[in-house]
Amino acid sequence: MQATMTRIDPQQVTLTHDEVMRYSRHLIMPEVGVAGQKKLKAASVLLIGTGGLGSPLALYLAAAGIGRIGLVDYDVVDESNLQRQVIHYTSDVGKLKLDSAAAKMADINPYLIIDKHNTPLTSENALDILKDYDVIIDGTDNFPTRYLVNDACVMLGKPNVYGSIFRFEGQLTVFDAKQGPCYRCMFPEPPPPGLVPSCAEGGVLGILPGTIGTLQATEAIKLILGVGKPMIGRMLLYDALEMTFDTIKVRKNPACPVCGEHPTITELIDYEMFCGVPAHDRSDYKVKGAGAGVRGITVLDLKAREDAGEQPYILDVREPHELEISVIPGSHNIPKGQVVARAAEIPRDREVVVQCKTGIRSQDSIIMLQKLGFTNLVNLKGGINAWAREVDSSLPIY
Amino acid sequence: MAKIKIPTPLRAYTGGNAEIAVQGETVGAALNDLTTQFPELRQHIFENDQLRNFVNVFIGEEDIRYRDGLNTDLDADDNMRIIPSIAGGR
Repeated sequence: MQATMTRIDPQQVTLTHDEVMRYSRHLIMPEVGVAGQKKLKAASVLLIGTGGLGSPLALYLAAAGIGRIGLVDYDVVDESNLQRQVIHYTSDVGKLKLDSAAAKMADINPYLIIDKHNTPLTSENALDILKDYDVIIDGTDNFPTRYLVNDACVMLGKPNVYGSIFRFEGQLTVFDAKQGPCYRCMFPEPPPPGLVPSCAEGGVLGILPGTIGTLQATEAIKLILGVGKPMIGRMLLYDALEMTFDTIKVRKNPACPVCGEHPTITELIDYEMFCGVPAHDRSDYKVKGAGAGVRGITVLDLKAREDAGEQPYILDVREPHELEISVIPGSHNIPKGQVVARAAEIPRDREVVVQCKTGIRSQDSIIMLQKLGFTNLVNLKGGINAWAREVDSSLPIY
Repeated sequence: MAKIKIPTPLRAYTGGNAEIAVQGETVGAALNDLTTQFPELRQHIFENDQLRNFVNVFIGEEDIRYRDGLNTDLDADDNMRIIPSIAGGR
């Protein structure tokens, strides 16, 4: 382990009396001490995303005495964030996440320097933003940005403290291609669009990002201090339901296209095209290929047709427990995971409007059913949430 | 019988089951048994009888890519797992 990995020499850093008081619980541990606390103060960390993972990361790293923390986010605080993004409060709804997070961090630690990058991370800006930091922490929520962060870290030689979450499952590792594998060694290709739902579609236990984000913060601190055994070449798998923590080996792939012996990817690529999905909701990337063959209908058009006396067959592909939140009257429920097995229940002789929460699972279902010869399916754009927003305000939006 | 731990994203195709007992003397045979029990899983694991590139199969803590792939020998008390690609963070 190198003695120092920060761009600023920790020996040039001083701690004031107030800082000594503040960090005393660190200073009395031999693994940190004054020298270690100076390393933390000399360090710069970039948090990509100030959401579920970013919340505990930002709070703990600010408190721990990291000298400079960069935040990358473009989003505003939404009510549905508050169940897990604990750095944002109810009074912050509508504010930029950057401003909301920075206010809490500055209140926790006035010695901290905070850089706010109010933008989505893209192939155009990633190298420029990442290059000024010692440790990169990936707290994003989609595959294109995961591959982008990975490739940029490999190209810049930066460690990437990786955490990801889904429902009750979490993963943690440190990708540092100078010493071990990168993300592409483990996951050479993204799953096809639609197989792995986002947290917005599939849900996530509110506490789960707290667990994984806190573990990421721990790894970042260890990297900066140069103590302990970093999670390089190992991945922690957390299952909150079973309450198990398992570790698997992650090996460096000599044929990896980014960090292998003969890399073929030497500059950042179009990650949305690579993954087939948009990287953020301001992206103008439209799902190509599979999704292009799916016809859509807006909720207002559906309502107009119902008002005109038509009674379209509505197939709701959400999970049964979601019907307790909201339901379009008269719809028929077959969860996405069962549509192929139960295809015989779906009419072929009339138009069927397929519907889910936001229009993603319904599109996937249509693609699966089209392979069985269905030609009479249309996707309800925006799903039942759009219906609740534009047609029936008595329904909640979730 | 060996066991396979199914990750959350694929449980929609195993009737919600997190762990499935499978028969087979190799990883490939065991995965074939799994997808015979749950046919809808097959398209998510195999493409033309090869493992799809985003599917990571481990025995214990070892990636089968660094053993013999689908030909890796399997003991009855082995624990296999499919490691999902997940990207959530917000």
